Amino acid sequence: MFLEIKDLSVKIENKNILNGLNLNINKGEVHAIMGPNGCGKSTLANVLAGKEDYEILNGKINFKDNDLFDLNIEERAQEGMFLAFQYPVEIPGVNITPFLHSAINSKRKRMNEEEIDNLSFAKLLKSKASDLGINIDMLKRSVNTGFSGGEKKRYEILQMSILNPDLAILDETDSGLDIDALKIVTEGVNRLKTKNNAFLIITHYQKLLDYIKPDHVHVMVNGSIVKSGGPEIAAEIEKDGFQKFQ
Amino acid sequence: MNSETLNTLDTYSKNKYKYGFVTDIDNEKPKKGLNEDTIKFISLKKNEPDWMLEWRLKAFSKWKRMKEPKWANLNFPEIDYQDIYYYSAPKGFEKKPKDLSEVDPKLIETYNKLGIPLEEQKVLAGVAVDVVFDSVSVATTYKGELEKLGIIFCSIGEAIQKHPDLIKKYLGSVIPAGDHSFSALNSAVFTDGSFVYIPEGVKCPMELSTYFRINAENTGQFERTLIIADKGSYVSYLEGCTAPKRDDNQLHAANVELIALEDAEIKYSTVQNWYPGDEDGKGGIYNFVTKRGLCAGKNSKISWTQVETGSAITWKYPSCILKGDNSIGEFYSVAITNNFQQADTGTKMTHIGKNTKSKIISKGISLGKSQNTYRGEVSFLRKADKARNYTQCDSLLVGNKCGAHTVPYIDSKNNTAVIEHEASTSKINEDQLYYCRQRGLSHEEAVSLIVNGFCKQVLQELPMEFAVEAQKLVSISLEGSVG
Repeated sequence: MFLEIKDLSVKIENKNILNGLNLNINKGEVHAIMGPNGCGKSTLANVLAGKEDYEILNGKINFKDNDLFDLNIEERAQEGMFLAFQYPVEIPGVNITPFLHSAINSKRKRMNEEEIDNLSFAKLLKSKASDLGINIDMLKRSVNTGFSGGEKKRYEILQMSILNPDLAILDETDSGLDIDALKIVTEGVNRLKTKNNAFLIITHYQKLLDYIKPDHVHVMVNGSIVKSGGPEIAAEIEKDGFQKFQ
Repeated sequence: MNSETLNTLDTYSKNKYKYGFVTDIDNEKPKKGLNEDTIKFISLKKNEPDWMLEWRLKAFSKWKRMKEPKWANLNFPEIDYQDIYYYSAPKGFEKKPKDLSEVDPKLIETYNKLGIPLEEQKVLAGVAVDVVFDSVSVATTYKGELEKLGIIFCSIGEAIQKHPDLIKKYLGSVIPAGDHSFSALNSAVFTDGSFVYIPEGVKCPMELSTYFRINAENTGQFERTLIIADKGSYVSYLEGCTAPKRDDNQLHAANVELIALEDAEIKYSTVQNWYPGDEDGKGGIYNFVTKRGLCAGKNSKISWTQVETGSAITWKYPSCILKGDNSIGEFYSVAITNNFQQADTGTKMTHIGKNTKSKIISKGISLGKSQNTYRGEVSFLRKADKARNYTQCDSLLVGNKCGAHTVPYIDSKNNTAVIEHEASTSKINEDQLYYCRQRGLSHEEAVSLIVNGFCKQVLQELPMEFAVEAQKLVSISLEGSVG
């Protein structure tokens, strides 16, 4: 199994957020998690990425034969986990090029691969940026600084395509995107998809799933998955809302 | 603040100082303590003319009547001026060595260890270096090449001998001996330092640089630097400093005077990395420095850039007196304090001439239990029509036991003056760290990246050759390890 979440319960500040959640993802699969606001979707994404604000009450997570709780945030990232943030944070003064260059090399180091040099990296970055319709001038700016919501999301997908993760988690990447941006972003995701990686897409609306075809759709309510199935579930939610799952 | 951050901060505060070694070399010193005999001893050792000795003694008599300035937000025991050696020279320096073959190999090795080779061919490409070890100047590189352009770059001791007219005219003209007690002290007992004169219309083709090293124990270092840029000339100057690790505090009280005549520009950069003391606050340099530049002529410009990472105490306000019409003063500063370090630093911009402009960018970063204060004064005198100042002070706090303070004074006697002031204080942001780490960067790398980003506006003002060094130094000041 590629990613296996077993009976996961998590709390933050005395409030239980995840309650005995189970989820299995295989290589080559696209999973979508849908749920109402406050159901714990983003918590799940952050717990997977290793954010430290949460208390793990119970459960196990296995990722690529590692006990995920043995790895810290950067080790998980280096092992190939990528989280596209819902609200990417601004880092003034830090240029995207050296930032991503260090990121890719820290991953290569862990994988015992040769580091990529400045020139080859600049080339790679340029070509990926142009695939996503990102202007070269945007590469000269500081990470996320002064970007619009849509620009930030595009930047997340650019970083994802550079780091080429094994498991990509997209946390409400569709929020704040207009239809054109949504198309570009989802095309970026579809280009990256292979039979060796997997995607976990967290979303509130069905719209995103018109562009990225999920193999499995899960409905999350009150911190656990209450229903799983195929794309037809998304259509059901679009029609009737989350009410009937609660 | 979560546990991981606290752990990393803990490693940061176990800061290693890589320049803390001592060179075992015989020193020549007078008796400890400060009196007229000490000053006569120094003057005699330097073979100075009588007028210089008189100048020193006059400063000394002023000093005796003065008290240390107390405005700074600093806390330290009283300095016992009678428990300090005021002069220390490696034996055999009665006469300055003519070339490197006359220099004790131990000294050359010291500078090699510090990464500053003295052999000219190995000197950083395009950088001329004057090296001061305790109280004497060891070597000045590239001297010949500079002489061809009429540029004088030598130790201040040598300038007193060879260029008395320039010294008499300018020494103490920007910082009068009686300005405050540290300037009086320096004027009385200064030992060595650099002298630069750029003749009219000459653009100095290379960076000039002085490297200061305190080696001997219980020794104060009192260097004096004087830079004169004649009409239409340009010079960029850089100083660096280190000292061995010692348990006692050592005093460093330098005076630096800059004079820019009409259309001249001086760019002065400092990378200050004196020994900051250990993690319990023991030892370290007391750095009481007076730096002041006079934009004497029309359209002249003086720009100070400083990266302050060392010293137990930093007390330093590089200033500009904007006398010439249209003259420009700039101050770019990064001050990082860790453990028990204290810094009270900033600038003073005095607008006298018309259309004078000043710009202040200050970035303070506090870690550990340190205290970091920006103190600045911007004043516009009556005739400073249409003068402008822009000030930006940003403080970054790392951890919750340190402090950042901003104390700006503004005084305007001319109502056409335009003043802009921006200030911010922020804590290192957990979300930024999380974001960086999620991309695979380690916690330390992430902090270093964020802090470097925070300082970028200042670091990019440094000459190319040193910008990379400074960036590394910033990272080292944060990390436990040495790259």
